[in-house]
Amino acid sequence: MVSAPDNSPPPSVGLFVTCLIDLFRPNVGFAAVKLLEKADCKVEVPRAQTCCGQPAYNNGDQHTTADIARQVIAAFESFDYVVAASGSCIGMIKEHYPRVLKDDPSWLDRAQRLAGRCHELTAFLVDVMQLQEVESSFAATATYHDSCSGLRELGIKQQPRALLSKVGGVTLKEMEDSEVCCGFGGTFCIKYPKISERMVSDKTANIVASEAECILGGDMGCLLNIAGRLKREGSPIKVYHVAEVLAGMANQSAIGDGKS
Amino acid sequence: MQGSTTEFKRQAEAALHDATLQRAMAKAKGGFVDKRRLAVARLPEFAQIRAEAKAIKEHTLAHLDYYLEQFERKVLESGGRVHWARTADEACAAVLAIIGAASKQVLKGKSMVSEEIGLNAAMERAGHTVVETDLGEYIIQLAHEPPSHIIAPAVHKTRDQITDLFQAEHEKYGLTERVTETEDIVNEARQVLRTKFLSADVGITGANFLIAETGSTVIVTNEGNGDLTQILPRTHIVTASIEKVIPSLDDMTVLLRLLARSATGQEMSSYNTLSTGPRRADDLDGPEEFHVVIVDNGRSDMLGNEFHDMLRCIRCGACLNHCPVYGAIGGHAYGWVYPGPMGSVLTPLMIGLENARDLPNACTLNGRCGEVCPMSIPLPDMLRTLRFKEHERKLSKARARGALKAWGLLARRPRLYQVVTALMTAVLGSIGGRAGRFRSLPLASGWTQARDLPAPQGATFQRMWRRRR
Amino acid sequence: MSAARDEIFTRIRRSLRRDAPLAAPPAHRSQAPESNVRPRLEKDPLECFIDKVHAAAGTVDRISAISDVVQATSDYLHRHGLEPRLVVASHPLISELAWPAEWKIHAGPARGEDHIGVGAAFAGVAETGTLVMLSGADNPTTLNFLPDDHIVVVSALQIVAHLEDAWRLMRDSVTAMPRTVNLITGPSRTADVEQTIQLGAHGPRRLHVIVIED
Ligand code: SF4
Repeated sequence: MVSAPDNSPPPSVGLFVTCLIDLFRPNVGFAAVKLLEKADCKVEVPRAQTCCGQPAYNNGDQHTTADIARQVIAAFESFDYVVAASGSCIGMIKEHYPRVLKDDPSWLDRAQRLAGRCHELTAFLVDVMQLQEVESSFAATATYHDSCSGLRELGIKQQPRALLSKVGGVTLKEMEDSEVCCGFGGTFCIKYPKISERMVSDKTANIVASEAECILGGDMGCLLNIAGRLKREGSPIKVYHVAEVLAGMANQSAIGDGKS
Repeated sequence: MQGSTTEFKRQAEAALHDATLQRAMAKAKGGFVDKRRLAVARLPEFAQIRAEAKAIKEHTLAHLDYYLEQFERKVLESGGRVHWARTADEACAAVLAIIGAASKQVLKGKSMVSEEIGLNAAMERAGHTVVETDLGEYIIQLAHEPPSHIIAPAVHKTRDQITDLFQAEHEKYGLTERVTETEDIVNEARQVLRTKFLSADVGITGANFLIAETGSTVIVTNEGNGDLTQILPRTHIVTASIEKVIPSLDDMTVLLRLLARSATGQEMSSYNTLSTGPRRADDLDGPEEFHVVIVDNGRSDMLGNEFHDMLRCIRCGACLNHCPVYGAIGGHAYGWVYPGPMGSVLTPLMIGLENARDLPNACTLNGRCGEVCPMSIPLPDMLRTLRFKEHERKLSKARARGALKAWGLLARRPRLYQVVTALMTAVLGSIGGRAGRFRSLPLASGWTQARDLPAPQGATFQRMWRRRR
Repeated sequence: MSAARDEIFTRIRRSLRRDAPLAAPPAHRSQAPESNVRPRLEKDPLECFIDKVHAAAGTVDRISAISDVVQATSDYLHRHGLEPRLVVASHPLISELAWPAEWKIHAGPARGEDHIGVGAAFAGVAETGTLVMLSGADNPTTLNFLPDDHIVVVSALQIVAHLEDAWRLMRDSVTAMPRTVNLITGPSRTADVEQTIQLGAHGPRRLHVIVIED
């Protein structure tokens, strides 16, 4: 897909906020809006959204998941695109809603039609809008955590790195095992805290070993987990969502850091 | 020493605190992953072969009765015998009947099905002496432990532990010197087991494949123990499950291209051996009797249901090697024969979901297992399907179900949700905003025992957005 | 047949939603084995075979006449400081060799005390450096596993590109499956002690391949 010719109306984008950004880090939502608007999209935030339904889905409750899926589809199907600053939530909408609604033909059809128009933010900017320039700077060395759903369900790997390479001042230092799970796993980290602790400690050890000053990623779940662990370990490493850096909005306290 | 699937959580936590186990797991960790990655990178046709392998297995499963009958016919034609077992008990009984009443020296090659059916214990109860011949299996047999990995059964043992074990157990053979180097350890085991090979009555192996075209059973090994196990004793018994059958030698060839690469990163294991019937009239060696015990043990029910894909599994172990949970806790914590992702799917199906409730849940659904599985088995999806079943059967904890239900009610009412969440974030944000995080929080101890909870920025995005626009 | 057998087949057919055996063999690619995707070889099969044997920790000698097997074996024994006591397969490829009179040679299956075995491969597979050994009166299987040193003679004419080619050769030249077919790739090994590769677990510690090119 190529970007729209100049005379056609800008594409309409429904921003799927994601529950974690909504609750913990609105700054990421605003960063996403800024990036999308710079890419000439008309952004709206439907009110009838809460969460993508993964807590229900991954805990076995198909019925609630299906209700939430219908709610999201109804709220977003009028847009040209659905974008979220999360590979995990987009993976859910794109890959799993059609499965959840497989026995409901009319909704299945609507789920499938929506699926083709759902994009994770960095993938949308690079692959769909073909964004060439990023007007932002961020003077720091950074390492990048590849969140599992984005990486394996959507193939997101190069897009955030391509965009970061255009941000002035950033040096990317890849860590060991950047593709290995951080141990978040939604409710997993609460149900199996000891196993999760071990996994996130392995992750923070790799982050520390990379000698980067900050760690970036594309999913709030992982970032809250990683930031929480880094702070518990007393590490000064800063944690940001990649959208904040790309939008030049990483000027707020980093995730888990207090007001300075 | 075999744990229990109902004690998963306790066993996992114990494993995390077991310094020796953690040392052993750390040593194994990267090796498998790196070797597999290189092996796959060196085979540009990997993706194509993977698709081909899946098609072969799907074709076979769709005509499973046909290929099993063809296999049986060919075994009979070549002078062997075939025994069918619906359950683990029937399988053990079939093997015991073949061995006969008199007490025998039985050698075993590594076989996961024999672990599944509890064959060693059954043979020992019947008065036979059983010796595992795969080095890893031998080590854990001496330690009276079950395997902790499907291809590296003693991966949880450090060299020091093996040294101690050999010193204690080999004294009776006059081997009193303490062997500490890998080479010497391997040599000592070779020496002890060699005498056993030369004097055994019965050899039992598993099978990686059963080939319908020829009636052959196939083992894939590196040590050569499986071969000595099956050519030296008078009787060779193969235990195999129904889904091991494939149509032809050429089909096996496709699967072999994936198996060793996925398992150990080798292009081909040292020994791939096809056995067809007993020794021929003019053969100079080989067993006089050849038996194949074919076990169902629940698999025929999986055929065609939502766990059907699991029947494609070739037991390569790649999903274990790439599973961060397995890597953290090792195989014993899972509490049954099959650990890791494939085990978390198979175990509940074999011993009952109610007996293994944790296994499908103790996973972040990170997808790495499904990504590396050479047979393209959607392991995370199947774990999630098991969670659906737990939910339907109300097997999960009542408190967790209650919390989920409350959340579900809220998540389906956006207006109410936004009011409640705005309130929550405002409160949390004002308490935690200055520090930026919470070290502990009521009701969130699951989170805060291992990590701080970053504080909300203060207001929800929804609220701020509505205010701004 | 047994009740267990009947029930297993009944269950399988029920799961497959079928109530009777298939009337005819199912159509399958195995009837057209040539359809397998074959890994592309980097070099010609012989060179590739030799590289792959080396990669699997085996060693290779290339000789030009069958009679040179004796010299190659002698060199091998010399290199490793081994006594010339061998168990040799009576395979036609190597049965006429003029071994030095002072060497101790016996035929037949290998015994526990045999340290060096000499056998002949039915084929060599370039793709993986694999030897295809067929059991029989002239190639006992014990010989492949009991001795510490396994020497295998193979004719360059029998080196094929892929395993499928070896199966084709086999189908053309033997009427029934031999009791044992060994696909041997390098010497015996184990990684069961801390995932460190150690050669010579239970089978041969060394594998030496002698390729006859003429
Ligand atoms: S599930 Fe896949 S990766 Fe795991 S053992 Fe089976 S074939 Fe290998």
